Amino acid sequence: MIEVKGLVKTYGDKRAVDGVSFTVRAGDILGFLGPNGAGKSTTMKMITGYLRPDAGTATVAGIDVTADPVAVKSRLGYLPESAPAYGEMTVVEFLDFIAEVRGYRKKAERRERVDRAIARTHLEPVRRQAIETLSKGYKQRVGFAQALLHEPPCLVLDEPTDGLDPNQKNEVRALIKTMAADRAVILSTHILEEVEAICTRIILISQGKVVVDETPDAFRARKPGARLDEIFRDLTRGDA
Amino acid sequence: MSQLCPVFKREFLGYFRSPVAYVFLIVFLVASVGLAFFVGGLFKANQASLQSFFVFHPWLYLFLIPAVGMRLWAEERRGGTIELLFTLPITTLDAVLGKFLAAWAFLALGLVLTFPLALTIGWLGDPDWGTVLAGYLGSALMAGAYLAVCSLLSALTKNQVIAFVLGVVHCLVLVFLGWSVFNGLLSGFLPVAAVDFIANLGFIPHFDALTKGIIDPRDLAYFGSLIALALTLNVVVLER
Repeated sequence: MIEVKGLVKTYGDKRAVDGVSFTVRAGDILGFLGPNGAGKSTTMKMITGYLRPDAGTATVAGIDVTADPVAVKSRLGYLPESAPAYGEMTVVEFLDFIAEVRGYRKKAERRERVDRAIARTHLEPVRRQAIETLSKGYKQRVGFAQALLHEPPCLVLDEPTDGLDPNQKNEVRALIKTMAADRAVILSTHILEEVEAICTRIILISQGKVVVDETPDAFRARKPGARLDEIFRDLTRGDA
Repeated sequence: MSQLCPVFKREFLGYFRSPVAYVFLIVFLVASVGLAFFVGGLFKANQASLQSFFVFHPWLYLFLIPAVGMRLWAEERRGGTIELLFTLPITTLDAVLGKFLAAWAFLALGLVLTFPLALTIGWLGDPDWGTVLAGYLGSALMAGAYLAVCSLLSALTKNQVIAFVLGVVHCLVLVFLGWSVFNGLLSGFLPVAAVDFIANLGFIPHFDALTKGIIDPRDLAYFGSLIALALTLNVVVLER
């Protein structure tokens, strides 16, 4: 569903992403791991068409993102890091705007989409509240609602559980699991237990390169009995 | 082009979701009408025209329009919503035009709200309504040109203060180029043809002609091409 081949992105003289390749099929939940600054977010931004790759290709459902960015964007749901949203809008207004941009032109159709997304992410109690007044957990859920509103075949989630309390984390993980049944999901995180809990595959990226691409079980088997943190530390030692 | 509409709607209504709209409209109305009465001597001139109302617009816009334009892109960059906007299925051109037209419509609303002044003149005397309308058209076009320049500058930074200052400076240059006092200064050491050429690059000569009721296609083309140029550069800057 999502195919990434030899992606490269350079900022100044620093190679943020250096030849990253992988594929994600429908039903996969890909855990994108790596230290801060390893290039996770940059890779995701290139897949979603926000950044233009310096080399390599990213295709979503067979469409090259640089060739037809709008077609790719309409098939993706993307939750950017820290879930940006227009703070002065209420939850309903914001989601209605997203639905309209996503091509739902009829009012009834939009309302149905928005209501479903709100129900799914449990935003009911704050639907008429301005987003800037919401707690971090609710803001994150608004970002989620926005990403799944159009039921996209591919989801790209940048640190979806960052800053949430343990209960909220569990809730978000459960949501991702239910969403993933027939979708391709990429999620970045640096919480290793999260990967164990929900991911079907692990990609570890360090200094812009993929160092591990395997199942969580294989990952654990690298050093039997050790905690995931230790394996993570061993593999990413090169990163300062 | 189909995605322009939701962007326009969100941006335009956005002004009224915050105090920005009310502060701007009140300041604009008080300042524009106040200048016409107390500095321009609208009554004392004893003429049924809005000449002494329009004559201050280039100077008034110098500060007010950068204040409206500065937030267009800088705010999206600062809040991270630019990443959200450009991972939605819209083209950069749609986004630029949608936001620009919304801000322009907002400025036009401010201008329309000065209509009691025109009615007063109509009640007191017998103005040439064609000239009055041409003046409004000229003022709206000039506002669009200021705004397009400020929108471009706002896309260069995530700091609204920098966007404001850059906007004022660039608009000041465009005002000065056509300001008679400055041109008088230039004609001391430059040939007349050169001074004329420079003056033609500025706002004032084109605006003046319109406020006198002369609708010359060349003046309309001047404002139109300035807007088109600034917005094209705006798209280029954002796609960089």
